[in-house]
Amino acid sequence: MTTTATALPATGTGTGTPPSAPARPGPPPTGPSRTAIPPSTPGPADAPSSTPVPAGVSSSGAGPVDASSSGTAPSRVRRVGAPSPGPARRTVGAEAGGSPRGGRGGRPVPGAVSRRGPLPAGAEAAYDVVVVGAGVVGCAVARALARHPLRVALVDAADDVGEGTSKANTAILHTGFDASPGTLEAGLVRTGHRLLTAYAAETGIPVEPVGALLVAWDEEQRAALPGLAAKAARNGHRATRLLGPDELRHREPRLGPGALGALSVPGESVICPWSTPLAYASQAVLNGTDLHLGCRVTSVGTPGPGAPHRLTTTRGTLTARHLVNACGLYADRFDALLGVADSTVTPRRGQLLVHGRAARDLVRHILLPVPGPLGKGVLVAPTVYGNVLVGPTAEDLDDRTATGTTADGLAGLRERGARIVPGLADEEVTAVYAGLRAATGREDYRCAAHPALRYVTVGGIRSTGLSASLALAEHVLGLLAECGLRAGPERPLAPVRMPDPRAARPDRDPARRAVVCHCEHVTRGALLAALASPVPPAGPGGLRRRTRAGAGDCQGTHCGAAVRALLEEHGKDGRR
Amino acid sequence: MNGPEPTERAVDVLVVGAGPAGLAAAARLAAAGAGRVEVLERDAAPGGLPRLCPGTGFGADARGRPLDGPGHARRAVGAAVRAGAALRTGVSATGWAAPLLLEVTAPTGPETVRARAVVLATGARERSRAARLLPGTRAEGVFTTGGLLRTLEVFGPRPERIGRRAVVLGDDPAARHAVRLLRGAGVAVAAVVCPGPRAAVGAVGAPVLAETAVTELTGRGRLASVVVRGPDGRSRTLACDTLVLTGDWVAEHDVARAAGLPLAPGGRGPVADGALRTTAPGVFAAGGLLGGGGPAVRAAAEGRAAAGAVLAFLAGRASGAAQGPPVVAAGALARVRPDLLGPEPGPLLVRAGRVLVRPVLTVAQDGRVLRRDRLPAALLPWRPLRLGPEWTRGADPDGGPVEVGADDGCGDGGRAETATDPAGGPVEAGAKG
Ligand SMILES: Cc1cc2nc3c(=O)[nH]c(=O)nc-3n(C[C@H](O)[C@H](O)[C@H](O)COP(=O)(O)OP(=O)(O)OC[C@H]3O[C@@H](n4cnc5c(N)ncnc54)[C@H](O)[C@@H]3O)c2cc1C
Ligand SMILES: Cc1cc2nc3c(=O)[nH]c(=O)nc-3n(C[C@H](O)[C@H](O)[C@H](O)COP(=O)(O)OP(=O)(O)OC[C@H]3O[C@@H](n4cnc5c(N)ncnc54)[C@H](O)[C@@H]3O)c2cc1C
Repeated sequence: MTTTATALPATGTGTGTPPSAPARPGPPPTGPSRTAIPPSTPGPADAPSSTPVPAGVSSSGAGPVDASSSGTAPSRVRRVGAPSPGPARRTVGAEAGGSPRGGRGGRPVPGAVSRRGPLPAGAEAAYDVVVVGAGVVGCAVARALARHPLRVALVDAADDVGEGTSKANTAILHTGFDASPGTLEAGLVRTGHRLLTAYAAETGIPVEPVGALLVAWDEEQRAALPGLAAKAARNGHRATRLLGPDELRHREPRLGPGALGALSVPGESVICPWSTPLAYASQAVLNGTDLHLGCRVTSVGTPGPGAPHRLTTTRGTLTARHLVNACGLYADRFDALLGVADSTVTPRRGQLLVHGRAARDLVRHILLPVPGPLGKGVLVAPTVYGNVLVGPTAEDLDDRTATGTTADGLAGLRERGARIVPGLADEEVTAVYAGLRAATGREDYRCAAHPALRYVTVGGIRSTGLSASLALAEHVLGLLAECGLRAGPERPLAPVRMPDPRAARPDRDPARRAVVCHCEHVTRGALLAALASPVPPAGPGGLRRRTRAGAGDCQGTHCGAAVRALLEEHGKDGRR
Repeated sequence: MNGPEPTERAVDVLVVGAGPAGLAAAARLAAAGAGRVEVLERDAAPGGLPRLCPGTGFGADARGRPLDGPGHARRAVGAAVRAGAALRTGVSATGWAAPLLLEVTAPTGPETVRARAVVLATGARERSRAARLLPGTRAEGVFTTGGLLRTLEVFGPRPERIGRRAVVLGDDPAARHAVRLLRGAGVAVAAVVCPGPRAAVGAVGAPVLAETAVTELTGRGRLASVVVRGPDGRSRTLACDTLVLTGDWVAEHDVARAAGLPLAPGGRGPVADGALRTTAPGVFAAGGLLGGGGPAVRAAAEGRAAAGAVLAFLAGRASGAAQGPPVVAAGALARVRPDLLGPEPGPLLVRAGRVLVRPVLTVAQDGRVLRRDRLPAALLPWRPLRLGPEWTRGADPDGGPVEVGADDGCGDGGRAETATDPAGGPVEAGAKG
């Protein structure tokens, strides 16, 4: 991918630094870098053109953009029969070098990705929609908006997408079988499961439909299973089935002693939680959305009816005719910036531990607990990368930053995991982490349109946001319409193709084939490709989530220094 | 995976890992005319951990001059290459296509390599923060000693990488190595936190907090402090920007595990017998893989011993699979090696679970005491003891498990604050107590 980056002043980095840019510095010679996509080439043979495309997931027949690389093969974008961008879409920009960034030939113009320096100013900073929060929800909303001829910005306080709750969950693509029937969540998880299953196939997001077993360990739990099956049926899931102890043992041979039976839930899947928001964000960017990271919105001014919102951020000012709050744990605080007080978020921590790949053979299904009077228990589930997860705990806290683990929490998970699958007791622990659910005291999502404010809140997405993300995005588009957004005609999105960290990379250059992370077999080529991707990582954590480097048993003991050196050499902090 | 088809090759002996153990095995095998002997090393340079270890403590050269780690590594590499072994770096063994047919990843592409015998010498690493279940944030600045060595190799002593003020966790001689390493790199050592008795670490010129557990790591971005709890139950916060995790070794057992080999408890290396044979015919093991934390010279000696067993196997003089009754630790012993006794009585390596001031050792099989004796010195958890073959003489090769137990003659299982022996090498217990 070529770059037209100009040197960015190192002002206003990260969070908390006051913006140093003047409010209107005119056409930006110091604007963020802009990705230029090389001329189109025909898509590769594995273009997912034969994949069924569900409603709400558009795909052009063109070759997908490999969201990983520019190192070996040129990235490909081709648009078919798309309308020319509407008037709101600026097609001529003042770039360094003066090249127009117009979508000549109907090709989408990629948006800017920036991490530091002042935000664009003037007309560049005037957006039709600004989505605040680049978690899995915000990224999905931005991607849905990218189908329309709108100027859209996705902004986040963190220096990467998916840095909040979206990076620390249980990685299950839920069917919604156990949701409360009739809630918004029940419907959106059900639709989201279908959409994301198709989208994953189209984009190469790793997903495995392993199915779930709700295992009953005592009489009370066994007695509850038929009721859960009936509830699943009310949610539209009729494929569940009750298993007796023998069949259960046959299907899950390493289960601990004492399991009395189970409810089998086909369709429950495991998915890569990191490539999902990354695919959404990459696709949004490639189709024109600007992504501003390291950009916390600190206040919102609404000068008067009809006038755009003025967002003050840690990197400067943006204006937005419509605003979407996808702030996760901070959705209530963001509401407050607009004088909305609908709910209060109480963080509910979930700690998890991850066993190494050697444990994968011990577990065939997602092993769910039967919810009971003592709350939800912990689950044991495989991951798409061949690990085994145990967790999560559920602890209500006050601190929205308390993503640490505790001695008691981890000891409890160790013990419970070993009770569910005794073989886990002998397995090494590869990683431990914790995520915070944005609980609001109501057992449903809190999505609200505020037409007078031209403002939509997507809040309370507690424990199913990954699964529901694509359906939530469609729902938000509806809410934006209620707020008066006229999105304009829909055009197919240039597709993306996510690199599968599990697959061997076909690098021709032997130097790129050198293995850097031995535990996960990550090559230098895979790392360089991630560093050159449309939404590159900002640090070792982001690189790990994109490539698996350092995610193995030794946790970076061997490759950590080499990976960091590569980042320092090739990852220019978002300047590409 | 739909990469290119692997190239198929054949060698006589394939050695996996070019550390002290693998290189010593290869040197002896090549010198003895075992045919094509090939050593695979996944790192860019051969030599194993010593290659990264500054400072002496790695034996001496022919003229008695002390060797540092890199010096030791150079000599071991030279000896293997001179003997005629082929050394390939940047090449890793990743699995098995069939027994004695290894899957290999090389920069030139994937390969399968068939061998008449395989020596696994993949070493060990110290357990990570997660593997030790250390709670708190996932702040940066937490290393194992091995990780710190690699960081120093890549970046040199840059404070923004290795920090300015460190806490060292661990209670065996490895903690001393870490302190030395940090000081050499200009990092202040705030404290050494020992889960066990202080004597294990000895004098390091920094406060040693014995019988103390790490209860929380704090800090966002970089590590800010380590919270510990001492034997009195009180918590303390130690400000630091680096934490070095030492000891607590776990085998680099991916290749061994991929062969389906059973693993020994604790260190999780493959189960092996006294002749260093694993339970898979023709697959041998040596060095840190069988028990991390020992000195390089012992790993090398084990490599040579494994080579002897390979030669006997290739010549048809001995079976290529582990045999003999299991050897199990009992009483106050934490670990006994080998895991299987082997064809004939051989030496045992025992490690105590706690300090035994006047230890009495018992070796028994099927209720029959083979030998019971008082040892001449205290038995310390951080100092393995080598027992000569006479301890297992008379064991029935077809009998039940051989139990090796220890109890304390003076009835005191407590702390031995005075017993300071940081050398870490195994003690010979040949003499009768
Ligand atoms: C332990 C656990 C397990 C879970 N398991 C699953 C599962 O298996 N399947 C499933 O589907 N879901 C699961 N979830 C739920 C799922 O992870 C969440 O629903 C989802 O990640 C929420 O995404 P989000 O985009 O709403 O929030 P987040 O990912 O938290 O994103 C919000 C973003 O907003 C940004 N932000 C906040 N305020 C501002 C501001 N003022 N300016 C700029 N940016 C701001 C933040 O930096 C953050 O990046 C789990 C959750 C937890 C905690
Ligand atoms: C900080 C520190 C200080 C030390 N100081 C001393 C000291 O002063 N004196 C002393 O005697 N000892 C010391 N030691 C111990 C010494 O380093 C070990 O005893 C020795 O390295 C063990 O040798 P080994 O060959 O078994 O394993 P290693 O040296 O670990 O070598 C194993 C090799 O195998 C390679 N490998 C692993 N898996 C694969 C695979 N799948 N494919 C290909 N290659 C693979 C690895 O890359 C590695 O090079 C120290 C150790 C540390 C950590």
